Formats: sequence, structure tokens, C-alpha cells
Amino acid sequence: MTVLFGVFLLTLLVITALAIVRTQHLFAAVILTGVFSLLMAANFFLLDAADVALTEAAIGAGISTVLFLSALALTGEYERAGSTNRLLALGVVAVTTLLVIYATFDKPRFGDPEAPVHQHVAPWYLERTPELIGIPNVVTAVLGSFRGYDTLGEVFVVFTAGIGIVFLFGARRQRKPEALRSVIGELGEGLRHYLVPRVVGRLLIPFILLFGLYVQFHGEYGPGGGFQAGAIVAAAFILYALLEGEAQALRVLPTRVLTGLVAGGALLYGAVGVAGILLGGNFLDYSVLASDPIAGQHLGLLLIEAGVGITVTGVLLSVFHAFAGRGHI
Amino acid sequence: MAMLADIASWVLLTLGGAFVFIGGLGALRMPNLYTRMHAASLTDTMGAVLIIAGIMLQAGASLATIKLAAILLFLLLTSPTASNALASAALLAGQRPGEATASSERGE
Repeated sequence: MTVLFGVFLLTLLVITALAIVRTQHLFAAVILTGVFSLLMAANFFLLDAADVALTEAAIGAGISTVLFLSALALTGEYERAGSTNRLLALGVVAVTTLLVIYATFDKPRFGDPEAPVHQHVAPWYLERTPELIGIPNVVTAVLGSFRGYDTLGEVFVVFTAGIGIVFLFGARRQRKPEALRSVIGELGEGLRHYLVPRVVGRLLIPFILLFGLYVQFHGEYGPGGGFQAGAIVAAAFILYALLEGEAQALRVLPTRVLTGLVAGGALLYGAVGVAGILLGGNFLDYSVLASDPIAGQHLGLLLIEAGVGITVTGVLLSVFHAFAGRGHI
Repeated sequence: MAMLADIASWVLLTLGGAFVFIGGLGALRMPNLYTRMHAASLTDTMGAVLIIAGIMLQAGASLATIKLAAILLFLLLTSPTASNALASAALLAGQRPGEATASSERGE
């Protein structure tokens, strides 16, 4: 049954991808990428990767769509007709596809317990997480503690990308502060004159924030964590900006605060690592943070997840404002 | 009793599926944007309500039922709002309710 659903979703994915390539209308292409991400999220969920599914749904289907739409406000609605060599492109794609299909013959069967991925380090993680970290969600344990360096690197990548985009786009704030035009039509003030979306949107924002906090702090027990929560919280503020206008959203969370969030989260993560050294352990070894190693691990995970969440929220909102604040050139 | 709940749940699920199917058919076949939206909203409202009610009967009295109820509540709040926003955006963009859309613009 799972395989049937998987094949169904993957077929829809291929159809959506073809539609994205075929359409000349960039607006439709953006909405289709949202559809693509949602299908992908369903697929991840089918494969029991709930954490990834949550991220894909929040970032891929939610925030990227808004970011793409704000980017479309700066460019045009239609794709320019290209005169590139289509035969060459077709050849490259065909060869790559054949190679990938050939590679799948060596793959283990879907769900095969003998597959290398289930034989390598995964059993060790599954076995030792309860005694070393003491939390039910092994994904969070691997991500936050066992592979804490990787996640620190990811946070710094997000941080660097955010700074880069703010440098490229965010400099000209003084010229047109209220511009969010393509997303909501030619209205500088958000959806202020549309009663129904505004009332319902304002009603929903507190619940979205609450859900974001739940995902943030429940990450040790269920699917979730800093990346997902950051995206959800950012989505709540972006919804606010869409409803009330971008300028009003900047009044609520000024650029200075956003910059603080971007840097503060990464700083918090790094500081937890340094605190580990100062207390006599290794960098990013949380066991020394409290008298009991397991309590230390809990504290460390809580803090670094908070750092991840803060940075992701700050970066996503900064990127959104950088795009939306530019208006038409 | 369990048998009864099962039958009721399957009836609800089948009905919901039928509504989704009709909604999809309408979204494909209706002549212009507003009538297509009208058909598609059937999926959001009747389809979603019946299917979630069916799943709630399958879940029984558990935490999952409460979560499903919350999902249903949010769907009932958000999908009519989205339809409203879409319709007013279309009206603002100059789409008149009476006329049929040219087939070239139908590439959703």
C-alpha cells in the first residue's frame, strides 16, 4: 500500500516538474513549485521522515513561494523566450537520467532491513540514544548532539546566506519602504482593505506562533526542532506583513532586531559549544553543562535548538524584507 | 458498535471522496474562473469535512481525534478565506464573472 502511494505521489511529482518546465508563465511556475514541495513533503512523510516532511512543507511550500512571488515583483511575469541549444540540454538530461536509472539497479529494495544504511551507524544511534541523550526523537539527538558540528555548520551556512542576501538587496531601504506589490496586487498597504482575509489572518497568527513554539520545544519528543519552528514563526510574521503591509511588519520587528536575531542565534549555538570547553569538556559536548550528563545533554539540545530557531527566523524574515522592500525598479 | 462505527466511517469517507472527485471534475470542466473556484471549494468544504469526520470515527476517542478536529477547524477557517481572497484578487485583476475564460489562460 505504501509503495502504491509512493508511486502515485512520485508520478504526480514528475507531472508537476514537467509542468514547471513547460509553462512560460512564471506566476504559475511559482505556484507549481509550491505544489511540488507539498507533494515532496507527503512523500517524505510516507517514508517516515516526519522531521524532513515538516521542514519541506513549511519552507518549500510556504515561505519559498512567498519569496519567489516577492522576487517576481522585481522582474516580470513571463519567461523570456530563450534561444539556447535545446538539443544539447536534452542530450545532457537524457544521459544523466539513464545514468541515474542505471544506478538504481544497485540500490537495495525499498524498506530492505539488510540495506547498508540500516547496517552502518544507525543501529548504534538507535541503541545508545536512550542511555546517552535520554530523548525519544533520535533524529534530534543525532542532529543536535552526535552530529552537532554538522548542524553548527548548517546554521552558519544559513547565517552567511542571509547576510549575503541582505547585503545584495537590503541596502536601499529608504526609497520605497512600502512595496509588496505582486503578492497582493498594486497595494502598498497590504490587505488592509480586505476585511475577510485580514480578520481571519489576524485570528490565525497567534495560533501559528503557538504551533511554532510547540514545534520548537517539542523537538526532543516528536518531529520538529529549530529549523522547522524557525520557518513556522517566520511564516506567521510574513502573514502579518502580507495582511498589514510590509512597513507595519517592520515596525513590529525592525531591521535592527532582525539582524540581532540572525547573529544572536548563531552566537548562542557557538557559545554553548564554548561553554562546553570552559566547563572542561569538548567543543559542543553538552554532558558537562549540568551535574548530570543526561540533564546536560537536554539543556544543550534545548539551547542549540533555540539558537537554530532564532537564526532561521531572522534569516527568513530578513530575506523576505530584502525582497519585498525593493519594490519595482 | 465497532462494526457500526466502521460502516459509518466508510460511508463518510466514500461520500467525501465522491465530493472531492466532483470538485476536481468541476475545476477542470467549468467554463470560467469563478465557476471553477465554486467547484473547487466543494473539495475544501464538503470533501474535507466528510473525510476528516470519517477518519475521526476510525481514530475513536483518542488524541488523534482532537488533532483532527483542530485541523478541521483550521481548514474551515482558512479555505473559505483563501477562496474569498482569490475571488477578490481575480475581480481586481479585471476578471469579469460573466465571460468564459480564453483557453490560453487556463494553463493552471
